[in-house]
Amino acid sequence: MDDLLDQRDLVLQAFWLTIQLAVLSGVCSLAFGTVLAAMRVGPISVLRGAATTYVTLVRNTPLLLMFVFVFVAAPNIGWFVGTPFLLKGVIAVSVYTSAFICEAVRSGVNAVPLGQAEAARAIGLTFGQTMTSIVLPQAFRAVVPPVASVLIAMTKNTSIAAVFGLMELTGRMRYFTNNSADDTAIFLTFAVLYIVLVELISAGAIGLERRWRAAR
Amino acid sequence: MSTVLFDTPGPRTRARHRLYTILTGVGLVALLAWFVWYLYEHGEFAYELWEPFVTPEYVEALWQGLLDTLAMAVLAILFAVVAGFLLGVGKLSEHRLLRWPSWLVVEFFRAVPLLLLIIFLRFGPLSLSPYWSVVVGLMLYNGAVLAEITRAGVLAVPRGQVEAAYALGMRKTQVMLAIQLPQAVKVMIPAIISQCIVALKDTSLGFYVLAPGLTTVGRSIWIEFGNQLQTALVLSAIYIVCNLILTAVAMWAQRRLVGERKPIVHPVDPGMGQGGPAPGSS
Repeated sequence: MDDLLDQRDLVLQAFWLTIQLAVLSGVCSLAFGTVLAAMRVGPISVLRGAATTYVTLVRNTPLLLMFVFVFVAAPNIGWFVGTPFLLKGVIAVSVYTSAFICEAVRSGVNAVPLGQAEAARAIGLTFGQTMTSIVLPQAFRAVVPPVASVLIAMTKNTSIAAVFGLMELTGRMRYFTNNSADDTAIFLTFAVLYIVLVELISAGAIGLERRWRAAR
Repeated sequence: MSTVLFDTPGPRTRARHRLYTILTGVGLVALLAWFVWYLYEHGEFAYELWEPFVTPEYVEALWQGLLDTLAMAVLAILFAVVAGFLLGVGKLSEHRLLRWPSWLVVEFFRAVPLLLLIIFLRFGPLSLSPYWSVVVGLMLYNGAVLAEITRAGVLAVPRGQVEAAYALGMRKTQVMLAIQLPQAVKVMIPAIISQCIVALKDTSLGFYVLAPGLTTVGRSIWIEFGNQLQTALVLSAIYIVCNLILTAVAMWAQRRLVGERKPIVHPVDPGMGQGGPAPGSS
């Protein structure tokens, strides 16, 4: 435990790196996942098929293999050679997470009853009005809990970057563990840091849900 | 196709969609062709790089790795089901002394990354063997998830069943064991199979502690042949096939045992591996 206090700079740096990984991957996966979801619910069959294939393949592959592709295999064909590790980690996590975001968003859109849009068109709202004031507000509301679950899982998944040399929280814990009784305290410290991140996302999701529920 | 997003298209819209379909189709095929050509230019299709996957010794090693991976996942899930039952019922208990510790254990193991747990089990004071650190880590994490699934399953049993059992004069334990759990299990089986997929994907984390399994075999192959890309592709294909089979089994079980009712897996785990829901949202 003294090790941790003496070298708290290292712990805080690791915490910051985990936050960077989580935020950047979160933004990228949300953007790409939403595009995929739009392709999956859209009218163009080729794009629907492409997005479905992507989701099926990516969802059933372990995230560790995504990291293997980006960190170990890609340099072999001349890709990502000089790319910073942080960016490579973000790419691996985002490729994986966007498939799950896509499914969460799609289920949210499908949760809006068909009659809502039909009624909106029947009273003469244009397509834009139907979307912005009828369909999307309801879809967003349905999307918040599953997307929050995915983002929490993603935050924990950034730990796999430790396997490929990123010194984020998990990598740093490996550095501090040394087969002593102290290890339990070290483990609990790092676990609590992850729990803080998880609770932050969770609280954010609950806040959003509450706000939108009141607007109903 | 009827959807909430747009009206059934008329003839002009259909023609436009046909044009988009052709354009995007051509674009995607061109992209794919360029990628394949790029790989070909880099000599990634050379026989030497693919040779291990048609050589009996290496195929056998991969097969052994697959068996190890499956054994670890199955073992972990079996333990996790038992732990999940105990914790799930514990969380529903009327006694605070049972309820609070169960709640704490479940919340803790759901919020901690599996890899952190595995590293602690392997290199911490316990110093478990690589194999057991992965199995125990998977067991603790999946046990916490299955506890939530058990809780949801028990709560999904219609209230009238419980009331009828009490009216017959059954005791609390009898109601749980004879009435609630048997009906909950039926609803839970598809969720448990889905959790097997998560466990199967998570066994790949054994890579870090050199536990036996597909990814570790894969690493020794690519170190020997320098064919990282090919090995990763073959490993992904193996995982995808296994998981698709499990998905089909889960869907069959869902139709067979649960019917049209909603599966209870979604609020608990998005299936991302070492993931979990917002604590407190359930």
